[in-house]
Amino acid sequence: MATDPISGGEAIIRCLENEGVEYIFGYSGGAVIPIFDAMVTTNTRIQFVLTRHEQGATHMADGYARATGKPAVVLVTSGPGATNTLTGIMTAHMDSVPMIVLTGQSVTPMIGKDAFQEADIFDITMPVVKHSYLVKESNQLPRILRESFHIATTGRPGPVLIDVPKDVSAGDCTADLHAPMDLPGYRPDTPEYEPADVQEMAEMLSKSRRPLILAGHGAVMSRAEKEIRRLAEKIKAPVTTTLLGKGAFPESHPLSLGMLGMHGTAYANKAVCECDLILNIGSRFDDRILGNPAQFAKQARILHIDIDRAEVYKMIRPDLYCVGDAREVTAELAKHVPELDTGDWIERLAKYRRKYPLRYRKQGGLKMAHIIDELYKMTEGRAVVATDVGQHQMWAAQFYRSDDPHNFLTSGGAGTMGFGLPAAIGAQFGRPDDLTVAIVGDGGFQMTCYELATARLHNLPLKIIVMNNHYLGMVRQWQELFYEDRTSGVDLEGNPDFVKLASAFGVKGFNLRRSGDVRKVLGRMLEWNDGPCLINAEVEKTDNVFPMVPAGKALEDMMIDPPRKGQKLDKPTGST
Amino acid sequence: MKTGGANSREIHALSVYVANKPGVLARVAQVFSRRGFNIESLVVSPAMDGTFSRMTIGVSGESEVLDQLIRKVSKLVDVLHCTDHTYDDTVTKEMALIKLAVGSEDRAEALQISEHFGCKTVDLTENSMILMATGDPEKLDALVGMLSKFRMIELVNTGAVIMSRGEGET
Ligand SMILES: Cc1ncc(C[n+]2csc(CCOP(=O)(O)OP(=O)(O)O)c2C)c(N)n1
Repeated sequence: MATDPISGGEAIIRCLENEGVEYIFGYSGGAVIPIFDAMVTTNTRIQFVLTRHEQGATHMADGYARATGKPAVVLVTSGPGATNTLTGIMTAHMDSVPMIVLTGQSVTPMIGKDAFQEADIFDITMPVVKHSYLVKESNQLPRILRESFHIATTGRPGPVLIDVPKDVSAGDCTADLHAPMDLPGYRPDTPEYEPADVQEMAEMLSKSRRPLILAGHGAVMSRAEKEIRRLAEKIKAPVTTTLLGKGAFPESHPLSLGMLGMHGTAYANKAVCECDLILNIGSRFDDRILGNPAQFAKQARILHIDIDRAEVYKMIRPDLYCVGDAREVTAELAKHVPELDTGDWIERLAKYRRKYPLRYRKQGGLKMAHIIDELYKMTEGRAVVATDVGQHQMWAAQFYRSDDPHNFLTSGGAGTMGFGLPAAIGAQFGRPDDLTVAIVGDGGFQMTCYELATARLHNLPLKIIVMNNHYLGMVRQWQELFYEDRTSGVDLEGNPDFVKLASAFGVKGFNLRRSGDVRKVLGRMLEWNDGPCLINAEVEKTDNVFPMVPAGKALEDMMIDPPRKGQKLDKPTGST
Repeated sequence: MKTGGANSREIHALSVYVANKPGVLARVAQVFSRRGFNIESLVVSPAMDGTFSRMTIGVSGESEVLDQLIRKVSKLVDVLHCTDHTYDDTVTKEMALIKLAVGSEDRAEALQISEHFGCKTVDLTENSMILMATGDPEKLDALVGMLSKFRMIELVNTGAVIMSRGEGET
């Protein structure tokens, strides 16, 4: 049905409204003025959040999407505005986060002629998007927007980029806003699982004596937590999760082993080494959990459930796989497996749990683990936690146990420093009533700390803990362990006074310096009710995260405790 | 990798059926280049239904990895299917233009070889000739081998196009 013409920009805003969009995170510029103008002329109820940097906007959108499960929208200008989104797009792509990124572009006759602020963002982002568009005519906008949301949110989710030339957003659009999609090659719903595969999996499971369930991000995205719990309890199988799978099974549950892998719990890694069967529900067998892939779970049969056919066989050759939605397949599986007697196995793991608990010392210098552990207790595990990347991230994963699959937000696949603060802001926008805490390192925080302005402006009740060890801690840990303590390029000499920095943004700051004050200062932070507040935690400078599996080594070679003084370790062979 | 099996480096013939839109070729090519696969030949043209295109791609690289790459290509939004026809019963043809430096003394011999292989002479001057040859890749290789006794000025090969035999779709 043709309608009176509206501008391309207005068509974009109307389409976003039709998709139920609440927020647009972004930054303005010449090439997107027609879209910004349309926010005024349409009098839209969508709220625009002006960030301080386009990277901040993408991570905010990302945090919003992870915390709510809804797709998030980013709007930035052409050229440098567009390229500033690259890190955020890549971060979302690696972790399968649904996101629509609208970039402005020069006018169509100028494209490819090095026009002012022109960047070929369509090609630049091609390896890190699920799909992308360069819009040629205003009338294509409604179809492309509908397709984008469909692509971003279905199957294995991911970011979609729409590059909109200025004459396209300024031009007339007469197309039906509900224009039909035209995606003949996109069949995300095909993974209709084969019942026979599930039947066979059930049979293999029923013969297992020492089963282990591994739940990944796919389990979180398909909301399989109830089904996993039902299955685990029925067959009495312990459950371990990946970093992004945290919460897919309640970590407070007696069958939970917490996270596995490089900095996973010793008992989870031992369970992988000793189990006779691994049921992988929606994890992509990232190298951070495999250790050395050739040595992974040598005694085990491997069953793999994944919605993405391209993930099966990528890292590990499973004995059996099933392509399908994690929730559906797990539910079906639970129907077919009998109850199992795994008493001996559970008892063996309980011993490991007693022998090798996650630990830290409360005495002596202030420890990140101590702060996180107390935060966990004081908030009863109910906070939405967003982390940055580094040692604090691993301690947060270990000590902030999560019972909710949407409460632990972290850049897993990309490991993007600078993610934590903006992601927490985005999450707080999406869930204004939930307690949200950003746990960040002093290094990563400084990559996006300017977004404090965004948090303050919107008076978000966000809590920020800067783990200030004056080092790029995780890199220093590697240099200490594997490069005979030759530290280089990791001393964050010149850090600002973070409390003063916060205050410059109008954000309340507290200092935390002594172990004895942890509860007191955390208490003040939690009670603060006038917008965002921040703790500058002067933690021990040279504390290290354990257990640790050196990159490229087998999980068997896990170091549970720090190595002896003077003990020389081989340089890691795996990826960073 | 917990995988064993063949490390075969033979050339695989893939047919990729895609929406005829800008950027599709780049997306497909990227999947291969990222894993260090070399595209040996590539033919792209509109399909019978002009809104789609058909690509025939010859690639070499480890079969195990190739399987995964085919899944990745199949997953691209604009790709309808990507099929490895290496072991299927297919008709495989390519065309070559071959420019030879031949004068009057060896022209007769060149024409004789050309005739034997069913080539057409599409250009002829005092000192050169261009032959057009079509056929399956082995035949064209043999032809080029035979012609190597002459000075070859230029060789242009389209790369293979394939079609499944019988009623099935490629
Ligand atoms: C954008 C980016 N640059 C570099 C790195 C490499 N890197 C990983 S962890 C780390 C150290 C992080 O230091 P900090 O933020 O202070 O956290 P800590 O490890 O001390 O907790 C670095 C530099 C990265 N992950 N991301």
